[in-house]
Amino acid sequence: MTEFTSDFWPWFIGIVSILSLAACFLFLVWVGRGRPPQQVETLDHGWDGDLRELNNPLPGWWRWLFYGSLVFAVAYLVLYPGLGFFPGTRGWSQEEQYRAEVEQAEGRYGPLFERFAAMDIPTLARDAEARKVGERLFLTYCTACHGSDAGGAIGYPNLRDEEWQWGGTPEAIVESITNGRVGVMAAWQEALGDDGVREVAQYVLSFSGRATREDLLAAGKEKYEMACFTCHKNDGKGNQALGSLNHTDDIWRWGGSEQAVETSIAKGRRGVMPAHGQFLGSAKVHLLAAYVYGLSKQP
Amino acid sequence: MASGNSHEKVEKNVGLLAVLILLAISVGGLVQIVPLWYMRSLTEPVEGLKPYGALELAGRDIYLRESCMACHSQLVRPFRAETERYGHYSVAGEFVYDRPFQFGSRRTGPDLARIGGRYSDEWHREHLLNPRDLVPESIMPAYPWLERNAADDGTIQQRLRALRTLGHPYSDEEIAAAPAALEGRTEMDALIAYLQTLGTAIKAQR
Repeated sequence: MTEFTSDFWPWFIGIVSILSLAACFLFLVWVGRGRPPQQVETLDHGWDGDLRELNNPLPGWWRWLFYGSLVFAVAYLVLYPGLGFFPGTRGWSQEEQYRAEVEQAEGRYGPLFERFAAMDIPTLARDAEARKVGERLFLTYCTACHGSDAGGAIGYPNLRDEEWQWGGTPEAIVESITNGRVGVMAAWQEALGDDGVREVAQYVLSFSGRATREDLLAAGKEKYEMACFTCHKNDGKGNQALGSLNHTDDIWRWGGSEQAVETSIAKGRRGVMPAHGQFLGSAKVHLLAAYVYGLSKQP
Repeated sequence: MASGNSHEKVEKNVGLLAVLILLAISVGGLVQIVPLWYMRSLTEPVEGLKPYGALELAGRDIYLRESCMACHSQLVRPFRAETERYGHYSVAGEFVYDRPFQFGSRRTGPDLARIGGRYSDEWHREHLLNPRDLVPESIMPAYPWLERNAADDGTIQQRLRALRTLGHPYSDEEIAAAPAALEGRTEMDALIAYLQTLGTAIKAQR
């Protein structure tokens, strides 16, 4: 019993428990000692003239319930760990029970996951059973950011379309889930100034025909091709290897209003997909990747 | 009638009655509570567990103030259904620097024992400002004032010293540096810093 700082404690627990059970037993025997039931004993105090206190033993059924609870206690302490120095004949422990539960589940689901692991992701994405399991996994682990419909939110990518910030190949999706992604857009307020931010924002919006100030586009283009092209390229299509966004698809990761686009440019953005590989394990990552891959391939 | 006489003796002698009652009711506490103070797994931190830093501690106090525990437990029980969702089940040694514990018993929202690192700081910020921006189905209240209040209320050193008297190993340097760690930070920063440490001492999958 190295669990305790001193060997005293297991014995203390056991001995005090046994003594208290023995004391309870002796007490019950003592209070139930043979007294003819018809003989009524009265304590010599009374109230209101005729209200007396009788000193009768416990009714038999009541006393036997007490004896029953003692039997239960002894049986429990023999079977399960409770006495400190004695682990119980069943060798039960909380951890062992948990391990048994996990083992049983692995026996049940293991073959299923093995079958899934042997299939490649595009095939898996068409498998009805795999999609069902994948959906459960998605709802458990992914919805806080990507939404229960996988439609994303401002700042969190929509996974239902075919536009991908970090690439939509099976390998890229597995990588995104396993090791996570960090996409950082620098803040350009200082370098561009208020006017510059507005001009570049108009130019960014113009890729999808949404500019409202045609007069700013020329200046915006010039600045874009000086400041933004390293990540987003001159054609505005971005670079999936860097996770830099495509500005031409009218999909707005951080909001598509003029104000939101200006904020993105002025203050920068930081998008984080946390790594899930260690937490989920490769079998689940494989299945989730297939589910996500399949989402974008749906008719 | 021995039993009759003893009954009377006990009933009419308050001192004796008190001693006997004390004896009867203290057995449970003596065998179930007192030995816990001498159990290694309950009193020694798990490997890698550190006491909360100044910012995390300030965040923890905000967690208490806002009664997060009313809806979020911080205890992953050793059941497969829980470890699948949250990660390794909680062990006592992870909580030796938690006074008081935030185990909770109610899960209106999800368990937070292993929330650390699960989401980004940005996610937490947006989510605390308005949960429905990110999770439309959420019924969690918004906490916009966290962003407006300063994390430092001038008592952080006192709080660290109080915990040191209870055995949390803070050094003099750490206590001296505490106000600087809170300098310019909001309650939001502090709460997020606290949440990001939760459950990170155990990295294993389950």
